Amino acid sequence: MARIELNRLAHSYKAHPSKPSDFALKEMTHTWEHGGAYALLGPSGCGKTTLLNIISGLVTPSQGAVLFDGRDVTRLPTEKRNIAQVFQFPVIYDTMTVAQNLAFPLKNRGVDRATIDRRIAEVSRMLGLEREMNRPARGLTADMKQKISLGRGLVRADVGAILFDEPLTVIDPHMKWLLRAQLKRVHEESDVTMIYVTHDQTEALTFADKVVVMYDGEVVQLGTPQELFERPEHTFVGYFIGSPGMNVLPARIEGDRAHVGAAAIPLGAGYAPLGAAVKSEIGIRPEFLRLAAGTDGFSVALKRVEDIGRHKILRCELDGRPLAAIAPEAAEIPADGIRLSADPAHVHVYADGHRVPAAGRA
Amino acid sequence: MDKPLYHRAWFLVLPAFLLVVFNAVVPMMTVVNYSVQDTFGNNQFFWNGIGWYQELLDPSTELGGRFYDSLGRNLLFSAIILAIEVPLGVLVALSMPRAGWRVAACLVLMALPLLVPWNVVGTIWQIFAREDIGLFGYFVNHILGITYNYTSGVFSAWFTIVVMDVWHWTSLIALLSYAGLKSIPDAYYQAAAIDGASRWAVFTTIQLPKLRRVLLIGVLLRFMDSFMIYTEPFVVTGGGPGNSTTILSIDLVKIALGQFDLGKAAAMSIVYNLIILAVCWVFYTVMTQVDAQRPKEG
Amino acid sequence: MTLRLENVSRVVGAETHIHPTTLTLEKGTINLLLGPTLSGKTSLMRLMAGLDRPTAGRITMDGVDVTGLPVRERNVAMVYQQFINYPSMTVYENIASPLRVKGAPKAEIHRKVMEAAALLRLESQLDKTPLQLSGGQQQRTAIARAIVKGAGLVLLDEPLANLDYKLREELRVELPRIFDKTGAIFVYATTEPTEALLLGGNTATLREGRITQFGPTVDVYRRPDDRATAEIFSDPPMNFARMAIRGGQMSLGQVLNRPATGPLAALAEGDYWLGFRPHHVTLGAESPHAIRVSATVAVTEITGSESFIHVDVGAERWIALVPGVVEYLPETVIDIHLDPDRFFVFGTDGRLAAAPTGAAAA
Repeated sequence: MARIELNRLAHSYKAHPSKPSDFALKEMTHTWEHGGAYALLGPSGCGKTTLLNIISGLVTPSQGAVLFDGRDVTRLPTEKRNIAQVFQFPVIYDTMTVAQNLAFPLKNRGVDRATIDRRIAEVSRMLGLEREMNRPARGLTADMKQKISLGRGLVRADVGAILFDEPLTVIDPHMKWLLRAQLKRVHEESDVTMIYVTHDQTEALTFADKVVVMYDGEVVQLGTPQELFERPEHTFVGYFIGSPGMNVLPARIEGDRAHVGAAAIPLGAGYAPLGAAVKSEIGIRPEFLRLAAGTDGFSVALKRVEDIGRHKILRCELDGRPLAAIAPEAAEIPADGIRLSADPAHVHVYADGHRVPAAGRA
Repeated sequence: MDKPLYHRAWFLVLPAFLLVVFNAVVPMMTVVNYSVQDTFGNNQFFWNGIGWYQELLDPSTELGGRFYDSLGRNLLFSAIILAIEVPLGVLVALSMPRAGWRVAACLVLMALPLLVPWNVVGTIWQIFAREDIGLFGYFVNHILGITYNYTSGVFSAWFTIVVMDVWHWTSLIALLSYAGLKSIPDAYYQAAAIDGASRWAVFTTIQLPKLRRVLLIGVLLRFMDSFMIYTEPFVVTGGGPGNSTTILSIDLVKIALGQFDLGKAAAMSIVYNLIILAVCWVFYTVMTQVDAQRPKEG
Repeated sequence: MTLRLENVSRVVGAETHIHPTTLTLEKGTINLLLGPTLSGKTSLMRLMAGLDRPTAGRITMDGVDVTGLPVRERNVAMVYQQFINYPSMTVYENIASPLRVKGAPKAEIHRKVMEAAALLRLESQLDKTPLQLSGGQQQRTAIARAIVKGAGLVLLDEPLANLDYKLREELRVELPRIFDKTGAIFVYATTEPTEALLLGGNTATLREGRITQFGPTVDVYRRPDDRATAEIFSDPPMNFARMAIRGGQMSLGQVLNRPATGPLAALAEGDYWLGFRPHHVTLGAESPHAIRVSATVAVTEITGSESFIHVDVGAERWIALVPGVVEYLPETVIDIHLDPDRFFVFGTDGRLAAAPTGAAAA
């Protein structure tokens, strides 16, 4: 049970960092509420694992402080922080049975036998490990082993936070659905703060109440899945979240119209002139583009249709730029030239990558 | 994994096969030949059947008694050095640095004793442990005031050859264990820290199980070597005082070259050889079973 | 070139890795092996490559028996999940290596390397060594090397599994184009149904060393022959329920009892498995004959654009994939709607008994 505060935190793996690019993690101040489910999402090398390791105490930050419930733990070793961590690859104790593995963190802390039995029974039920309890942990399948690793994190009643470092990497797609739902359920049943690191947007979005999108050592947006989807504050967030990601097109903004090549795309609101020096772009998610009838919308060149079962992805080109749109499962795609229209409320304007608020209703 | 068969490949084995025939099988057959005959010199041989083997394996005969005594000493020697070298080697490996220039320094220092030839090791210790001019012997006798003389005291002699072997070979176990420890992913240590495991628990639940395979190999190598050791104790004690450090290999040489009892010596060689093969086979079986217990990977 | 496996099987010790399999792969096609971990994808590829010898059966290439031919005498290339390149060589030399082995003339090597580099967008990386590259570029290098070899058979064993989600997405879009240009037989193993749909071509679904179905990817997805195929080829997992048809009535245990209409009307009396995809479970009634079912929410996952509602209905756990943000607290009882026109029905032996037809099948 912990509120986690990051106070002017920064980290560099170099002894004497001099320029911003020396920092694996750039200065940040955040407060993560007690009992929340947070996901750190970003590509490889964005600093998310460094941040997780600082919170767990495996890395000491070169600057700033980490506070758990107001207590400074920056220099406290991992085992004194009351946290649990689950790693990318399952870590199990080979010589023990499944039950002994689950009991291990409790036994080390001198918890009495009756409590241990009760806790491991609860955890094994939560994770569906009841039938494997007396088997040796060695020789189980990867997903079973990962469940044991998860179980060892969940078994301690006193943990303030559980940290997950890409825990579903080795799990088959089907099993991912089950484990993710189990994890989400576990979080709802307890009030432990959970922090989940991943590069997989589906995992991050479905798991977390709040997603922390990281890029190049910085937090570019912190928000609910809905906010990240509907209002990406940065073109990177738009690109990284969503599959396919948001279409970002260079555009000339004039009031409540965006001009991309010959196409004029209506905006939901009027915008003040952006100035000539900035890179002005618009972002439209493929989900908010519709096949238009008649002369509505704008004409695009259709390059390819990907039928992924539950919907179709139309790969188009507008003014020489790739543009993806999503069409429903049963949609008829005309073979010759198609027109698309965008939902004006979901067309965003970006200046140098950052979202520009509208000046007023159109 | 059985690969597609490629019969012509057998020709590539031929040189190695011929080499083995000439340097192992043919000499071995000579020994087998000697072991079933008796000679009174002058290259006159008489058929003796399994006579030497019967005598050798019967403890009540002179030869049998001698054989069992040497075998006993040999096993005792192996047991002592394994009991010291394995734990000590693991301990050294655990205390070695994990990163930085000190790793390289450590590795070089540790490898040094392994590079010294056997008879040089024997000579070093023979001089080092002498009570009159040896640094170690003089120190023990004249500074500590403990009587220590490997040419007259049985305990002193054993102590010397055991310490010498430990000095020479502990590094091997240490290096093997170090390699084994290095291969354990960091996540295991991190998980153990988070689970609140004590240093001892980390050792017994993570390090030792992961070291099992390397240690098996280490024990096998050290057992074989110590069971066949000859040069070092021979240079230092020559099997004495009396017969107290006469192990199998030394005894064998005494019979074969000292007394020129070729038949007895040959029979003893064969049995000696069979014991080693048997131990090898036991180790092989154990190791393959350990392997089979490892789960199959995707 | 045509690769043909005739009754090929592989048994190791007491375990059957591949049950007798017959499969014909044509030149210029991309063939996906889709199945969970340990389903036999890698074993099958090793047989095709000649790395393993089949226990029984025959493998022919263009009608020539190559069953016992070792891999170095076959015309194959392979790309693995791990990024395997020569670490000390530049990207250029890495791509050139198979040509150098063949002793191709210098000019030809240069031309082919540049072509492959252009195809895989590696032109600016040619002077670097693999360790200076990102994971995606390393895998591009490995793919370029496989292609430049001019092999008639290119095997890719989960080549994107070790890449970040977004990099995977990028390569998935590019791969079909790259495959089209080379004209070899491509065999591509994956655990992810979406990846199979995006790459198109043909798909063989595998389970426990058996091919359950082989055909054009979209057809296998739309019309699985049996329950195993439907389970393998569905992400999120397909929902199932036990169904009984008695006297013109269909019943799902205690949950539902109603006249068997639509495609169910033609079924003989007996016990069946009913299957339907998560995105065909709706909250509102979307067709006049939608079936209303009362369900208890277990957990809701939200991605921002879609919501996955995991519900318990009787003894079954189903997933409903609905657009937009919909959130329910656990244990809430909600109404969901099933569309009988979208039902798959499998016999108790797993064979398909009825499937969506016509427009509804889309």
